[in-house]
Amino acid sequence: MSSGDPLGVNPAGGESGLELDDAELYADAPCGYLSTRPDGLLIRVNDTFLGWTGYRRDELVGVRRFVDLLSVGGRLYHETHFMPSLQMQSAVREMAFEIVCADRKRISVLVNSTLKRDAAGQPSAVRTAIFLATERREYERELLRAMQRAEESEAKANLMARTLQATLVPPAPPTIPGLDVGAVYRPAGSGEEVGGDFYDVFQVAVDDWAIVVGDVCGKGVEAAVVTALARYTCRAASVEHGRPDGVFQIVNEVLLYDGDKRHCTAALMRARRVDGAWHGTISLAGHPAALLRRAGATELAEFGTYGSLLGIFPLPRFTAESRRLESGDVLLLYTDGVTEARQGDSYFGEERLHRLLVEVEGGAQEIADLVVDAVLDFQDGNPRDDIAVVVIQVP
Amino acid sequence: MVFAHGFGCDQHMWRFVAPMFEADFRVIVFDYVGAGDSDLGSYDAARYSSLAGYAHDVIEICEAMELHDVVFVGHSVSAMIGALVAIERPGLIDKLVMVGPSPRYTDTDEYHGGFTTDDIDELLGSLDSNYLGWSSAMAPAIMGNADRPALGLELSESFCRTDPVIARQFAEVTFTSDNRADLARVGVPTLVLQCRDDIIAPVSVGEFVQRSLPEATMVVLDATGHCPHLSAPEQTAEAIAAFVRT
Repeated sequence: MSSGDPLGVNPAGGESGLELDDAELYADAPCGYLSTRPDGLLIRVNDTFLGWTGYRRDELVGVRRFVDLLSVGGRLYHETHFMPSLQMQSAVREMAFEIVCADRKRISVLVNSTLKRDAAGQPSAVRTAIFLATERREYERELLRAMQRAEESEAKANLMARTLQATLVPPAPPTIPGLDVGAVYRPAGSGEEVGGDFYDVFQVAVDDWAIVVGDVCGKGVEAAVVTALARYTCRAASVEHGRPDGVFQIVNEVLLYDGDKRHCTAALMRARRVDGAWHGTISLAGHPAALLRRAGATELAEFGTYGSLLGIFPLPRFTAESRRLESGDVLLLYTDGVTEARQGDSYFGEERLHRLLVEVEGGAQEIADLVVDAVLDFQDGNPRDDIAVVVIQVP
Repeated sequence: MVFAHGFGCDQHMWRFVAPMFEADFRVIVFDYVGAGDSDLGSYDAARYSSLAGYAHDVIEICEAMELHDVVFVGHSVSAMIGALVAIERPGLIDKLVMVGPSPRYTDTDEYHGGFTTDDIDELLGSLDSNYLGWSSAMAPAIMGNADRPALGLELSESFCRTDPVIARQFAEVTFTSDNRADLARVGVPTLVLQCRDDIIAPVSVGEFVQRSLPEATMVVLDATGHCPHLSAPEQTAEAIAAFVRT
């Protein structure tokens, strides 16, 4: 090798005089290159731009403003966004426009502009580089359409989630004549995914009601299907079976043979009024016991005996436990979204729930709201799990 | 004084003009929902499906800050928003300044707004094709690296930042509304500030606005474009100052 310059390129920037003509570099640059006054009037245009657009130099320079070359929609965008941005930040990059050529055809371009200022800081000229972007624009349009479709699908999915969500709880706040009932259902997160918690309050006969709170494992549409099945089977079976443990036998069978592997926990209480007094009979299926606050008591009692999860075992065991409910008693049925609410490493926990329930006052709905608000506050308003709470107060 | 930005930009538009009034007035600038640093979560497509929703926001701002004897300076679409506020809450606004107003952008048989409905559709298309650019322009917000040459540009990208989906609806509401009939009901002295060469709001439209308002003066600035507060801030401020001091 005879020299350190095997390609024959000298450091001055050219081989035997090539690429040294600045005027030619400007005129035939691989981009359109324009200069305008600050008000947009064209004062210099390169040959590349004239070649693309079909205009003669004398049709543009000193005669037309850059904005005059744009489609009308582009002019609106130029005046409301492009120019203000350029005036404020002295440079604007990659703005998409369409330029109307001499033959009225349009070319899609990307525009970069810089605002030059004089020694006093006043705008003196705008330099604009223009790149053809026809194919890229077509590709971008496809991307945009895909993005819009994705947004539509997301909106549809959210709507479907909310619609399904609404089927998991009664449409109206539950009421039982002779009892004060309050309930809250709060789906996890922003509520845009269908959860697995549910509650229901329904009448079986005069002075004979059923209250159920449950939790299907998992989330999403599949969980919602199981949730709906469990909820409606509870309703149907309660008509034939007076005892909640009998109802759970049927729900278990239905879930077991449904084919879906999901299981479910639930607490079901039958409330009957006999000779003016309410009696509650409760069964638990893998679910936390109800909490009972007797009138005037400073401690809570657990109500319900632990039983099998629903939808797993061919021979499940459920127990029914009965108590007479007295005036002033408060009964809380809840899902584990309450006690397993987390803040860092600590859980909301049963102890906190007990302390809260001992202290709270007010009607059933107020108590339900207070419990859920406390759980939400504990998680900074963003629950990771669904929360369902039903409160019964005996007047 | 409350300065309200127009479509396509944010409160930074007023940064040359608003400070000139700080000695004599309590000066308020703000971003509409969707623009600048506003809380995008507050956007409600139904509320902002007409200019009335934006007018209610202005009223809420004035009430929350306990403003009275307000001089409302509205650019472009905000001129009409100011008119709606003056009509809805008589007594709140003392004087109104309309910078480049247009009560209707599209032409009818008897009215020349300057645009056809096809033009407006084309604008919406234009917004869509800048959709991708806008989203990515919103993404980088890298701060505090003085040794990075790109920093200045990245920071300045935040001017005129607008959420693309909201901007599209704002454009639709702005360019398809017709507030011509509202002008006669504006009960406060109004200054119509107009550039001599503005393709968005031509002088003839400014004259129509002045004629339709019960009590209006018009000043045509020796400036071009739609944003005299950026291209000719001194002239703009002088004209506003002369009006508010009368």
